[in-house]
Amino acid sequence: MQMSSIVKTTADVLFPFILIYGLYIILHGHLTPGGGFQGGAILASGVLLLLLAYRYSESTNIVRQVMMKTLESTGLLLFIIAALSAMVLGAGFFFNWLSPLGSIFGDSVAYGSTVANLNTGGLIPIMNIAVGIEVVGAISVILLALLSGIQEKI
Amino acid sequence: MIEMILHAFILIGMIVAAILVFSFKDLVSAVVAFGLFSFLLAIEFYLLQAPDVAIAEAAIGAGLTTAAFMIAIRGTTKKEGDEA
Repeated sequence: MQMSSIVKTTADVLFPFILIYGLYIILHGHLTPGGGFQGGAILASGVLLLLLAYRYSESTNIVRQVMMKTLESTGLLLFIIAALSAMVLGAGFFFNWLSPLGSIFGDSVAYGSTVANLNTGGLIPIMNIAVGIEVVGAISVILLALLSGIQEKI
Repeated sequence: MIEMILHAFILIGMIVAAILVFSFKDLVSAVVAFGLFSFLLAIEFYLLQAPDVAIAEAAIGAGLTTAAFMIAIRGTTKKEGDEA
């Protein structure tokens, strides 16, 4: 069954906005509600919109299962590397060595109620990004596996 | 006071949606009622000042599981008790 062009155009228009919203939730995970898992789920629902709007053979040209498996493994690897990088420097597992350094995500948090600074948190935003990459890959693999079972009907 | 009325409306709506999920024989209608249940649950989480859980519930419960159930129904039968 072929979806109408209204559905396809709506999916095409909405997909970048869903992508930006999910990336916003992931990147601001240490400041506002949300984080890696929630943002990754929102990104995966954007991928789901594309998968449902187009036919299986068309959408798998864009959303490849190998790519999603690679994303999942990359996220897990980034998380483990971020956790182990503190041990290389001589501190404990998961130690937040990046936080007061002044480099990337390294500003110290101002005292009192001020405007939130995105450039804080140390390893926590990096782990949010890793979890986000992992979740979007994992949920997309689940949806692709589900859709491949009924590909002659859609 | 107005918050209590809102809570009561949402909880009654959740109970009604749950009964509808149980009583519908058409599985697509049951899945839509389940999506409504998840949506009301997300609003209730937000009212109870847990926006973190509310975002997760709205994305997973109302979005992804509804679509996963729809895909599963497309692959099997549309009515409860049908032979495949």
